[in-house]
Amino acid sequence: MNQTTKVKNVLPVFSITDFPILQQKVYGKRLIYLDNSATTQKPKPVLQAMNDYYEKHNANVHRAVHVLSQRATTLYEQAHEVVAKFIGAEAEEVIFTSGTTASLNLLAYSLCTDLEKGDEIILTEMEHHSNLVPWQQIAKEKNLVLKFIPLTKDYCLDLRQAKKMITTKTKIVSVTQMSNVLGTINPVPELVKLAHDVGAIFVVDAAQSVPHQSIDVKKLDCDFLAFSGHKMCGPTGMGVLYGKKHLLQKMKPFHYGGGMIREVRWDDSSWNDLPGKFEAGTPNIAGAVGLMEAIRYLEKVGMDNIEDHEHTLTAYALKKLSGISGLQIIGPASNPPTSLKQPTLLRGPVISFVIEGIHPHDLGEVLDKEGIAVRGGHHCAMPLMAKLGIAGTTRASFYFYNTDDDVDALVKAVKKAQELFG
Amino acid sequence: MINKYQKQKAAFDQNQIGDGPLTEEQEIYRENIIDHYKNPHNKRKMDHCTFSRREFNPLCGDDVIMYVTIRNNFIGDAAFTGTGCAISQASVSLLTDQIKNKSLEEVKKMTRDDVVGMLGIPLSTVRLRCALLSLKALLKGIELWERGGK
Ligand SMILES: Cc1ncc(COP(=O)(O)O)c(C=O)c1O
Repeated sequence: MNQTTKVKNVLPVFSITDFPILQQKVYGKRLIYLDNSATTQKPKPVLQAMNDYYEKHNANVHRAVHVLSQRATTLYEQAHEVVAKFIGAEAEEVIFTSGTTASLNLLAYSLCTDLEKGDEIILTEMEHHSNLVPWQQIAKEKNLVLKFIPLTKDYCLDLRQAKKMITTKTKIVSVTQMSNVLGTINPVPELVKLAHDVGAIFVVDAAQSVPHQSIDVKKLDCDFLAFSGHKMCGPTGMGVLYGKKHLLQKMKPFHYGGGMIREVRWDDSSWNDLPGKFEAGTPNIAGAVGLMEAIRYLEKVGMDNIEDHEHTLTAYALKKLSGISGLQIIGPASNPPTSLKQPTLLRGPVISFVIEGIHPHDLGEVLDKEGIAVRGGHHCAMPLMAKLGIAGTTRASFYFYNTDDDVDALVKAVKKAQELFG
Repeated sequence: MINKYQKQKAAFDQNQIGDGPLTEEQEIYRENIIDHYKNPHNKRKMDHCTFSRREFNPLCGDDVIMYVTIRNNFIGDAAFTGTGCAISQASVSLLTDQIKNKSLEEVKKMTRDDVVGMLGIPLSTVRLRCALLSLKALLKGIELWERGGK
């Protein structure tokens, strides 16, 4: 049972002491945090940077010449540059929002203004509610047609169906790059090509991908990409919308007010340059500072290291979990043994499962008492659950600070729950 | 009932969850809960009931239908069907036992504290919703039936 000789899979390039929250005990046990798809923990440098901002530099941006405002403005603009570089974009193409949900709402509103009755929007069956409901509601209002690319038996997108569904009627295709329920990584480049071949806009919900792999928007050639800071060591309430410059320039603003205007007269207004045009009101400056520092932190750890580590960890967890009788994994069952960073990478570090005879909430509660934080339920994907015919799953999701030890503890606790309910 | 509930509440200060090792009082999967979950009482469909009422908790997917037969203002029989977590299932199993042969007036006065006292375990805000699903079905069912002119 005790594999003392095994070299534990620990990422060596950062110190776990950077994460004070993970140092604590719960119920007298080591806290094992496996709910990283929901949100990640924040390292000290991020907290420090945000604190410093409020203690030393806080002022409104773009509005005054005093020293604090100059510092705050510089930091806020620098944050755009750091984010842009991180995803291979230009600073003007990076719009700060409050999160993925806000980014996608902005797109649903601004991209659909010119669409006409019968125009089609293509999503997939594995979308998070935030990449579904905004489109659904606009579609109802404007009589647009929503279609969902179906899943195959092994929880991947059915590309053959996708090819049939994406036609000249298609105006927008919006797809999650990695499912927050199944862990499936979707073939974005292929899908982008299908969309562009018919002149459709391609949107990537990257809430679960940007935190875990290096992304280059120019290589992906997507038109828009949305993600959240809090899922990548940054603060909550801080997100990003990337968009191709020429498209952002053409689009209608989403929010109106201060900061986003160039000139206002009584009867009309004109809009600020990018990205200001889409950033109405006093922005989340501390959030931007926090996200910038989070990206610096991730870059220090190395996105390639993160991807490698999580790939190995996920493979280990899949192997261990699928060895438990009565446990069924809801998602691609294995990582293909390809070398890393291959476009064929099938899944990310999110593992959903169901256990015969134990409801996800009961399992979550038993695991909690063992110090293990997981999530149980529908994970903001109710139509997907209905399609799979389940009420919910238990989900363990990893980040770079998780280790084999965490997986071993999870497996042990799951077995304990099975005994309790057995 | 209230005192018992308050005592449980004190054993489970929401702001200090997990501060120390789990005490026996904080244990929620006690034998009788697991028992009721695995071998629920009164779990059957009732075809000739006075009313039935479904309640659904979209957050957890707990889904309960309660069937009640009323005779002369007393609960003659109660049963349920549905699926959900151990807390929701144990709660409805216990509740259907408890209300049989009670007067309608008495049952209508039941509150959250009665259910919590009946379960006898400390419940977090989240799990309270699971525990109270059955009572909600029962009270709503009675209300609608009475309003429907019987
Ligand atoms: C795939 C996916 N899309 C969108 C979101 C929404 O992100 P947020 O809640 O940060 O706006 C999430 C997070 O839960 C997600 O996992």
